[in-house]
Amino acid sequence: MIPTGVVTVSYIAATVLFILALGGLSNQETARRGNWYGIVGMAIALLATIFGENVTQNFGLLILALLIGGSIGLVLARRVQMTQMPELVAVLHSLVGLAAVAVGFASFMDPDKHYIGVELTIHDIETYLGILIGAVTFSGSVIAFGKLSGRIGGSPMLLPARHWLNLALLIGAIWFGREFVLQSAAGGGLVPLIVMTVIALLFGIHMVMAIGGADMPVVVSMLNSYSGWAASATGFMLNNDLLIVTGALVGSSGAILSYIMCRAMNRRFLAVIAGGFGTSGGAPASGGGENQGEVNPIDPQETAALLAGAKEVMIVPGYGMAVAQAQHTVYEITRVLREKGVNVRFGIHPVAGRMPGHMNVLLAEARVPYDIVFEMDEVNEDFPDVDVSVVIGANDIVNPSAQEEPNSPIAGMPVLEVWKGSTSIVLKRSMATGYAGVQNPLFFKENTRMLFGDAKETLDEVLKAL
Amino acid sequence: MKIGVPKEIHAGERRVATTPDVAAQLIKLGFSVAVEAGAGSAASYSDSAYEDAGCEVLSSRDDLWAQSDLILKVRAPESDEAAKLRADQALISFLWPAQNPDLLKQLTESGATVMAMDSVPRISRAQKMDALSSMANIAGYRAVVEAAQHFGRFFTGQITAAGKVPPAKILVIGAGVAGLAAIGAAKSMGAIVRAFDTRPEVKEQVESMDAEFLMLDFDEDEDGSGEGGYAKVMSEEFIKAEMALFAEQARDVDIIITTALIPGKPAPRLITAKMVRSMKDGSVIVDLAAEQGGNCELTKPDQVVQVNGVSIIGYTDLPSRLAAQSSQLYATNLKHLITDLTPEKDGNIVVDFEDEVVRGATVCKDGETTWPPPAPKLSAAPPKAGPAPAPTAAPGKKKSIVGPIVAAVVGGLALLGLGAVAPESFMAHFTVFVLACFVGYMVIWNVSPALHTPLMSVTNAISSIIVIGALLQISSTDKVIMWIALATVLITSINIAGGFAVTRRMLEMFRK
Repeated sequence: MIPTGVVTVSYIAATVLFILALGGLSNQETARRGNWYGIVGMAIALLATIFGENVTQNFGLLILALLIGGSIGLVLARRVQMTQMPELVAVLHSLVGLAAVAVGFASFMDPDKHYIGVELTIHDIETYLGILIGAVTFSGSVIAFGKLSGRIGGSPMLLPARHWLNLALLIGAIWFGREFVLQSAAGGGLVPLIVMTVIALLFGIHMVMAIGGADMPVVVSMLNSYSGWAASATGFMLNNDLLIVTGALVGSSGAILSYIMCRAMNRRFLAVIAGGFGTSGGAPASGGGENQGEVNPIDPQETAALLAGAKEVMIVPGYGMAVAQAQHTVYEITRVLREKGVNVRFGIHPVAGRMPGHMNVLLAEARVPYDIVFEMDEVNEDFPDVDVSVVIGANDIVNPSAQEEPNSPIAGMPVLEVWKGSTSIVLKRSMATGYAGVQNPLFFKENTRMLFGDAKETLDEVLKAL
Repeated sequence: MKIGVPKEIHAGERRVATTPDVAAQLIKLGFSVAVEAGAGSAASYSDSAYEDAGCEVLSSRDDLWAQSDLILKVRAPESDEAAKLRADQALISFLWPAQNPDLLKQLTESGATVMAMDSVPRISRAQKMDALSSMANIAGYRAVVEAAQHFGRFFTGQITAAGKVPPAKILVIGAGVAGLAAIGAAKSMGAIVRAFDTRPEVKEQVESMDAEFLMLDFDEDEDGSGEGGYAKVMSEEFIKAEMALFAEQARDVDIIITTALIPGKPAPRLITAKMVRSMKDGSVIVDLAAEQGGNCELTKPDQVVQVNGVSIIGYTDLPSRLAAQSSQLYATNLKHLITDLTPEKDGNIVVDFEDEVVRGATVCKDGETTWPPPAPKLSAAPPKAGPAPAPTAAPGKKKSIVGPIVAAVVGGLALLGLGAVAPESFMAHFTVFVLACFVGYMVIWNVSPALHTPLMSVTNAISSIIVIGALLQISSTDKVIMWIALATVLITSINIAGGFAVTRRMLEMFRK
């Protein structure tokens, strides 16, 4: 048993450590230390709470639950493939949501609580909000997990009148919230709380179902944000500043990530959340028509010759590289080329992949040194000096019509200007359009060569030819 | 038709207008080819090689001139050669009609069709027939070889046991085809190469060959590009600045190769006697403009002169000194022209004046002088860029300021309302919340985009701090609450351990 003052001080220490943990991520060197700050902060918070005055019994069960949960977590973390990171993150988000719902209900049912008047109303609203956000996070993350792991189709499910449906759900949630506060003052309120939870779960499902595969980076970071707000609301409910601060940190982190992702696609956050790319804009996109000319195919041997003869090579990976698991082959090619004195660099678009930073993690897993991996803004100016750009399983993020065609659905989206280099090689399975459904004029450019086939197999051949 | 290739009679000329390889290709075009005995011997092409390629070797020069319908030569015909030309014959060779008006008159009077390889217009389609470029290329290469022969030291720098060898410094003036070839040759021998040209567009070409492009300390933006990619005469101030640069360079460099020519004008005097005297002993000047009077004041055509220990090489026959190579390239240029002249591939040439290349090359036909042709207005450099095309309007819509204002007002009112009714303790927490949002905002913007995935997993782990809520409830006397809390502890601890562990795993992978 440690005194309340010490517990509070421990919470302050934990808060500071969490902020340092996030601050450490500003670059790769300090990031590992940052993670340790986070672990230490969490440990301090847990120990202070467990040995504080509020935990008086059931220590055995508590330790057991911590150990079981911890082991499951460690196994998950060890087993997960780097290409599956988005799924894992979605699952973990859903757990936070679920926890928020559970803590909310438990708090509501707590017989020891003793609020009256305005305080009770505020406490009820906090409980209500905590459960609402938690439930949306939970069901949304489960659906996101399903979509990312391919258990649910990636294309957006668009119900008729879905905006009205969302509005109805929102109004329902508000109305039941009022009912809940009124009934709670009279000692009841469990029914409206459960109804609202169901509404929130439905809302989460519907929201994520309506969003397509390539918008997943926004959804994942948005759910990240929600899980933070849920923790924050729980903190208000429990009068616990540590939860409030941590929740707010996580919430704003996710919000900023969502904003960065939306900016990278030149889309409004609300438009992404409302779902259905290109359909809400009214007129369907012409995309510059179909007859854009001939594509020039190339075979792996010629690709190898081109790469070996180049001085500056830029590799632009996309989700296709993750699907084909080609990152290790990409690294081998990079290594061989660098040994030959070719300056190989990577250009990463912010929304490449299914999660913010997805490509960086994949390349890091394949042991690509991070100092040759660059952000779009860092390398876009250099493309005129690049001899060969290799686009691996990416489409919309290298589409010149974003700049050249004001009517294109992706007009104004920042893209990697690979076509400004001497030659671009595009690895692709077929001529299908990307997520946005826009034909890509890059494929028809005179200095573009198409290398058709599975990215991993063709790259293996390229490596062999090198 | 029969193509005749006589032996060149100009003193010292070693080249020949066709080689056995090219002759075989001409025969494929439907021609028969006759070669004067010994025509290729100076260029190491034996008579038997021509015979093997299917040519007829004629020992008599007069027979060859009499029997052939199309004569191919390298040098312009001497007057007794021109006298043999008949009205039904055609001749292709270098002619320099501007410098040889008498010859042009004589050829016109013969009534024959005569085409000058030096008059092929400089357009992209005609590059394969541009004999001036192929000869200039050879001259540039040979100039370096000649310089190396007269230069008493290495081109490349070395550190040896016997001491240090400094690399030779070479200045190439005029970065046309010959200049660039000289740069390439000198560079590959290891010398330090600098180049100067009045045309700024060649700067890139010079730098692409790893040579240094010397810039004039000159304010006005004067462009020396004339028509057809050649240089033009520059203004007086420009020349003054130019001469100052050369004077300074002359003291520093070991070898100067000058290739400056302005079409139809005597070669500009760039290296004065004073500059030559300022050069180091053993230095070499190769003057590729010797035939047009020389870029150096002291150049004597076709001779090597020694002034103050500086060798000034004024050879005018540099391509001929690499006769096998230059014959090969010249013959190929000729073959390309002849291929264009025989569209039917039946061994009959058709002189079509609609064809810009043929029109440009033909100097006389049917007794009329057709030189100079109407000049084609094309430059090797892109035309001076006009105002850049207006950038496409940014597609971003004008952001309405109404939205933010409404949001601010509504938010402000909501806060005021909250402050009016909420108790003290809530406001304290609310303050913490708002401050924490700002701290989060500041911290997250600094996160490197490459680490966004670890950021998400670590925030995930941190947001499991919600476990505190469950811990506070676990000691509840109510069994339902206790079990709910226990389950919550279980799932959040998955999250804590999983989130931190996977973050650690990812961060371990990021390596330099």
